[in-house]
Amino acid sequence: MSLEDLKNIPYGKTAIELKNIFLAFGGVKALTDVSFEVKKGEVFAIIGPNGAGKSSMLNVINGFYKPTSGTINFAGTDRGEMEPEFAAKSGIARTFQNIALFKGMSTLDNLMTGRLLKQKQNFLMQALYFGPAEKEEEEHREKVERVIDFLDLQSIRRTPVGSLPYGLQKRVELGRALAMEPEILLLDEPMAGMNVEEKQDMSRFVLTVNNELKTTIVLIEHDMGVVMDISDRIVVLDYGKKIGSGLPNEIRSNKAVIDAYLGVADDE
Amino acid sequence: MSVELLNFIETVLNGLMSGVMYSLVALGFVLIFKASGVFNFAQGVFALFAALTLVGYQTGQVPFAHLINELFGTNYHNWYASMPNFLAIILTMITMIALAWIIERLVLKHLVNQDPIILFMATIGLAFALEGVGDLMWGSDVKVLDVGIPSGGSVWLEEATIGLAAEGSDYYGMYIDVLNVWATVIAVILVITLALFSQYTKTGRALRAVADDHQAALSVGISLRTIWILVWAISGFIAMVAGIMWGTESGVQFSLSLIALKALPVLILGGFTSIPGAIIGGLLIGVGEKLAEIYIGGYFETGALENWFAYVMALVFLLFRPQGLFGDKIIERV
Amino acid sequence: MLYKETGQYKSTYKSDHAIFPLIQDKIAFSTLMFIAFLIIPFVINSYWEKAILVPFLIFSLAAIGLNILTGYCGQVSLGTGGFMAVGAFSTYKIMTYFPDLNIMIIVLISGLITAAVGILFGLPSLRIKGFYLAVATLASQFFLVWLFNKVPWFYNYSDTGQITVSERLMFGIPVTGATAPPYATYLFCLILVVLLGFAAKNLIRSKMGRSWMAIRDMDIAAEIIGVPPLKTKLSAFAISSFYIGVAGALYFAVFLGAIEVTESFDIMTISFPVLFMIIIGGLGSMLGSFLGAAFIVTLPIGLKFIMVDLVGLSAVTAKHFEITIWGLLMIIFLIVEPHGLARLWSIAKEKLRRWPFPY
Repeated sequence: MSLEDLKNIPYGKTAIELKNIFLAFGGVKALTDVSFEVKKGEVFAIIGPNGAGKSSMLNVINGFYKPTSGTINFAGTDRGEMEPEFAAKSGIARTFQNIALFKGMSTLDNLMTGRLLKQKQNFLMQALYFGPAEKEEEEHREKVERVIDFLDLQSIRRTPVGSLPYGLQKRVELGRALAMEPEILLLDEPMAGMNVEEKQDMSRFVLTVNNELKTTIVLIEHDMGVVMDISDRIVVLDYGKKIGSGLPNEIRSNKAVIDAYLGVADDE
Repeated sequence: MSVELLNFIETVLNGLMSGVMYSLVALGFVLIFKASGVFNFAQGVFALFAALTLVGYQTGQVPFAHLINELFGTNYHNWYASMPNFLAIILTMITMIALAWIIERLVLKHLVNQDPIILFMATIGLAFALEGVGDLMWGSDVKVLDVGIPSGGSVWLEEATIGLAAEGSDYYGMYIDVLNVWATVIAVILVITLALFSQYTKTGRALRAVADDHQAALSVGISLRTIWILVWAISGFIAMVAGIMWGTESGVQFSLSLIALKALPVLILGGFTSIPGAIIGGLLIGVGEKLAEIYIGGYFETGALENWFAYVMALVFLLFRPQGLFGDKIIERV
Repeated sequence: MLYKETGQYKSTYKSDHAIFPLIQDKIAFSTLMFIAFLIIPFVINSYWEKAILVPFLIFSLAAIGLNILTGYCGQVSLGTGGFMAVGAFSTYKIMTYFPDLNIMIIVLISGLITAAVGILFGLPSLRIKGFYLAVATLASQFFLVWLFNKVPWFYNYSDTGQITVSERLMFGIPVTGATAPPYATYLFCLILVVLLGFAAKNLIRSKMGRSWMAIRDMDIAAEIIGVPPLKTKLSAFAISSFYIGVAGALYFAVFLGAIEVTESFDIMTISFPVLFMIIIGGLGSMLGSFLGAAFIVTLPIGLKFIMVDLVGLSAVTAKHFEITIWGLLMIIFLIVEPHGLARLWSIAKEKLRRWPFPY
């Protein structure tokens, strides 16, 4: 079970499957019997009202929360829970609803942290620096610069991210996840709090990543217009339960989903 | 009863009473931490400063006498021979309140919204500055503090317990310092008063509101500044009580400020924000320390493991219960 | 416009990653090294050695060590004194058991031993954070000092409880003991500081440094991008302790020669002053470690000169004043510039870049 296994799965086949996931904190039930699968290469959206357990779901996928019961089938292997480090090593990257960047570091350094798992020199070589460690630094810098170019971050390369505006921070966070060259990218509300132009940019980035790098994308988003436009399949959660899943058109006309979340169906 | 059991009871009693002292200092920490999010490292120096000031007022020392004499070649020492205890205590209280006001004005006000670690370091600076000022004002020689609290072994208890041992055994009764009994009584009264004050007065309610959520408290019109001055003054008052107790027992000198270091394990054990935690934690550590001294300390010929034992005890406890005695289970969110 | 970067274009990532990317900085650093290695050794006397230069170099190392742990990895430690004591006593014990071992190797091994002790005391950092951890590090301070004070094996059962260094040579010249000439002790410390200083800077700009800073800035996010929290924190504890251990070894063997653990490695004489150095110098700044050490080493000398020699106060009163001023300075620094001297330096550079124009 490794990154290779995930890479070897053909596009369109199941990459990760969640079976009967339960999650509780003390007495509070966050997720109740949720099951769905994510296919390789698709854009998969999780939607639902606030507090429906969407972020908890992502946290279960990358191992930050351990489900109370249920099975996670990841690249063909069943397991009871994930470990964050293992998830990262196996090619799962993510962004957060409330930006989780390293505020004291520059944009460049934040993106370079995405390469940490791929840097292999030991600390003695790093302390010596000259030679292999320096060469390795340069290789990864080159990879990071590609991400910087792709996301148009050149002008803020050296700026500490704590002082960047919200929209840019979201973009840097996406950059950090991309720098990991993930197979599966988990995006927790990547467009929250953005204006229309920023949303368009972000949608474009997401679609480009999906189309050109063939990265599988799992996305939480409140903007229904965006979700219906860019996602291939959707699952709907409410109060920690799955109340619907399917193609965007099916969701749009699903009675339970409309009652719980969408209100009246509109074509905005 | 066997002599071993009687000795054990004596140790526990003494431990409880020294624990009360730890609780008292820890309480000062907790109050400030809850209300202003500041981990006040200067709490121990507060106690030293209060005790120094009290002795200074009692004996009529001229503040900064050494400095003035050295600068101008004068020879000032005292302005009066003595002052009644209660008056000196009241004056010291006023001084501590003034100190709280000065600290809020000159330090806290300028550090609002800084990282907690920066505030913590500022209180280390405060500890140094206050220690230096205390020494400059009142001199650094060891002083005797006597506000009329009786001390020495309790003869009554010794006589009452001597008969409890089995006939013919080698037992001379329990030894408990009367001063510690008084300290316990005063500390208990203090804690009850504080609890009543925060539970049943308007200011107390404001205090609890601030402790719970600064922003929310501000939004309902509670003045943070007033509350901060208030808690720092209360902590100053608690420090004064602790300073009187410890000062009476072992003289007023620099080492008095080190009681803060003794109270820190209490904080890890009881949690930085829990008042019951501070009290129970203090008692636990007091008893644990005394028991360890007698039952483990013997194995180290050189003794004196008390300095670090409390820390190790607190750490071991944390390994099993990271949230402390009364903390809620920590759920991390992202 | 003295400090101008225009026209200095970098066409490779290698030159962009250099420690001193600007030509001005390179010149300044080379000049400094030239003075330090080729001028000072010829003019140094024992006052400059004992009062200023050697303590400055030793405390710079300790400050780098603490800065790695606190400034870069975000774990506050109040146990510096205890760890320096480990370095000192390791040196002493190794000297007794291996009389022929080279002093440089002894010092480095002492650092490694301290690193191991540091890992041990860093273990609680997985479960406890922030102030709880700061208080927990006090446990190491008290425990270690108690251990070296109460277990006679550590001081070879001497009556006084003191440990005393014996003479050791480097290239035939004594660098420890009473006969060591000032230039030898100075150069010995300087070489270690320069080598270890570069090593620290390299670590910080590589994978390891980024892992530390990730843990410092947001440990949860760091975990999710694959930074293992325990391993990373322990590596910071280990490397930080290595530097502090080497500083402790030098402090004992080269600087003081004879020490008594409760006095020399007390929380008030070591732990807090070193913490001040990195705050006043700048948390998370290499330059800051040096500036802070220079400031804290020279401050008492300056204050003593002013108060005792100029104003004529007694030594005791001057000492009280010194404590007060220390405390006040610390508060003022935190209020005015929480990022320390290093930030002031970069502001000054910014000014120089524009000079003589205001904007």
